Amino acid sequence: MKKVMVGNHAVAWGARLARVEVISAYPITPQTQVVEKLSEMCADGTLAACFIKVESEHSAMAAVIGASATGARTFTASSSHGLLYMHEMLHWAGGGRLPIVMADINRAVGPGWNIWTDQNDSLSQRDTGWVQLYCETNQEVVDTTVMAFKLAEQLNVPVMLMLDGFYLSHTAEPVDIPDQELVDRFLPKREAPYKLDVEHPHAFGALVKPDAYMEMRWLMQEALRKVPQALEAIEKDWMRMFGRSYGAIEAYRAEDAELLLVTSGTVTSTARAVVDARRAAGEKIGVLKVKMFRPFPTTLLRDALSGVARVAVLDRNVSPGHGGIFAEELRSALYDLPAAERPEIFGYVLGLGGRDITPTVIDDVIEQTRTGTVPSRADLWVGVNL
Amino acid sequence: MSQLRIDEFIPENRLLASGHLACPGCAAPLAMKLTLNVLGSDTIVVMPACCYTIIAGPWPQSSLQVPVFHTAFATGPAVASGIRAALDVQGKHDTTVLVWVGDGGTFDIGIQSLSGAAERNENILYVCYDNEAYMNTGIQRSSATPWGAWTTTTPAQYPESSNKKDILAIMAAHNIPYAATATPAYPVDFVEKVTKAKAMRGTRFIHVLSPCPPGWKCGDDEGLELARMAVQNRVFPMLEVEDGQRWRFTMDHAGDLVEPYLRRQGRFRHLRAAQVAHIQAEVTAHWELLLRRVQAEPLVPAGVAVAD
Repeated sequence: MKKVMVGNHAVAWGARLARVEVISAYPITPQTQVVEKLSEMCADGTLAACFIKVESEHSAMAAVIGASATGARTFTASSSHGLLYMHEMLHWAGGGRLPIVMADINRAVGPGWNIWTDQNDSLSQRDTGWVQLYCETNQEVVDTTVMAFKLAEQLNVPVMLMLDGFYLSHTAEPVDIPDQELVDRFLPKREAPYKLDVEHPHAFGALVKPDAYMEMRWLMQEALRKVPQALEAIEKDWMRMFGRSYGAIEAYRAEDAELLLVTSGTVTSTARAVVDARRAAGEKIGVLKVKMFRPFPTTLLRDALSGVARVAVLDRNVSPGHGGIFAEELRSALYDLPAAERPEIFGYVLGLGGRDITPTVIDDVIEQTRTGTVPSRADLWVGVNL
Repeated sequence: MSQLRIDEFIPENRLLASGHLACPGCAAPLAMKLTLNVLGSDTIVVMPACCYTIIAGPWPQSSLQVPVFHTAFATGPAVASGIRAALDVQGKHDTTVLVWVGDGGTFDIGIQSLSGAAERNENILYVCYDNEAYMNTGIQRSSATPWGAWTTTTPAQYPESSNKKDILAIMAAHNIPYAATATPAYPVDFVEKVTKAKAMRGTRFIHVLSPCPPGWKCGDDEGLELARMAVQNRVFPMLEVEDGQRWRFTMDHAGDLVEPYLRRQGRFRHLRAAQVAHIQAEVTAHWELLLRRVQAEPLVPAGVAVAD
């Protein structure tokens, strides 16, 4: 069934297809349409879920933690300050190994108040033990939401998927809604290996002393290490059943490329168009979309970028005092490649607070990368009018 | 009250195992034992950061033989709401979700999620065991600390300068089905209240005075006696409120002077006569307020449910 829908409704459809059982959320721009749509679905009976309308995002995450620990399939969505307010409980979900899925509509962080997109909200949650998947299209959003549950429940890790605020959340695109019966076969009802159960009483999250805490964190790390392989297998199933797949990273026209644009989120689509134009003009240039930021797909990226001469990383985010976050992590991932194989990495910070990243901006980035001498370790800010 | 041997009144309980880590004289395990005696094994406990995080025992042990979900400080009622929702989805409507929280997690950092859960009338039983300060972290003041008390953040030269927050009135103002005070020093009253609460649906709140010998600076064997004094001198009267409307004393209160109660606790040792008189005046004024509440004509008569 094809429908035209905005990204936020694609999120809600994904949760509905996954037959989530407990939802808890608090409204924040630009996420609100997600919770409005889910409320509608619960009200009209198309989604048989209990929706707890809590008084804050901190409580929203706490409520889905409680429900998930009791064995239910759970979902929430937030954005920016809402996500930041959840921070403590994001750790609790990660450390508690609870397979919660949430959507974050990427929005800049104040002050000053800014409701438009950038990735600093979700990237500042990178050490909470959540898988992070950045989506480019509304079709990818629906598909990824369902796949996220499978991934989460297979490894007992929480999964966060990201949509650029407004550029994706409020942009309508045609979406092929997967058949519910097929989705049910792909994603059966959750069977929690451990849960709050009066027949088998256990304590969860109790005091853990230094003699065991580190082992628990190691097991968490092991679970996250398994994510790329698990996601690949899940995507293969999805491909077989629905004819679409995305990958933790995706190379676009990257064969023989001498310059690659590394992107995430909706800027990828703009970059594809720019690359198409330049390929038509005979330039050896391509795009590498990074969908999965946590766990960082180090091996995949090393394979994809080894031997490429120059790489331009487009970061719609910044770690103040350091640089663009994808660029910094990429430098770290490629550091010990043999010198001859290691690309020159140019890290660009751009598009913060919703500033448009137009084809012209990307053209400028390409020119700067192509003609630039030794790449600066420092961040290269694009379009700062000071 | 007739005399009652507590070990005869409280039956053997397999839900609270020996070997818990409470300090000597702590009243919280007694409150837990009385509560679980009533609730039984079809109970899930939510435990935000509080003394009981430690008392329950470290991984891989637990002195509570019911499922326990330990959680972050501010989140007891929200986590309980999620557990309730999941249980309801699974058709387990009769399982009691018990939130067990100290005064810090109730009066201070957790009051937002508590108010949210009460406003939604979540089907949970919330027990605040109130030892009147952050005892687990070393006796720092909370908004449950009484006026005039010493704590490590309100030294004797500058003792606590705010009145204790009236949490029962705050919870009653949410018009929840049941709100009550209790203390394990009056176990019959305590058990009656938990029994009554267990049979109800919706948000049920019990505020338990739980003496803490290290924090109150009293002897290990004095806690329950002090709690009885606090009831009889009307510092901590025994009350219940149904639907936020019908206030009722659950026992007679002798109206003893507060001074003997204060003088037996090191945390009040520094108080001068004028300060003791001030506390007495505040207690008397609050009692007058309670009398008006108890005598008020309820807007909602008994038997009329305000929420299902």
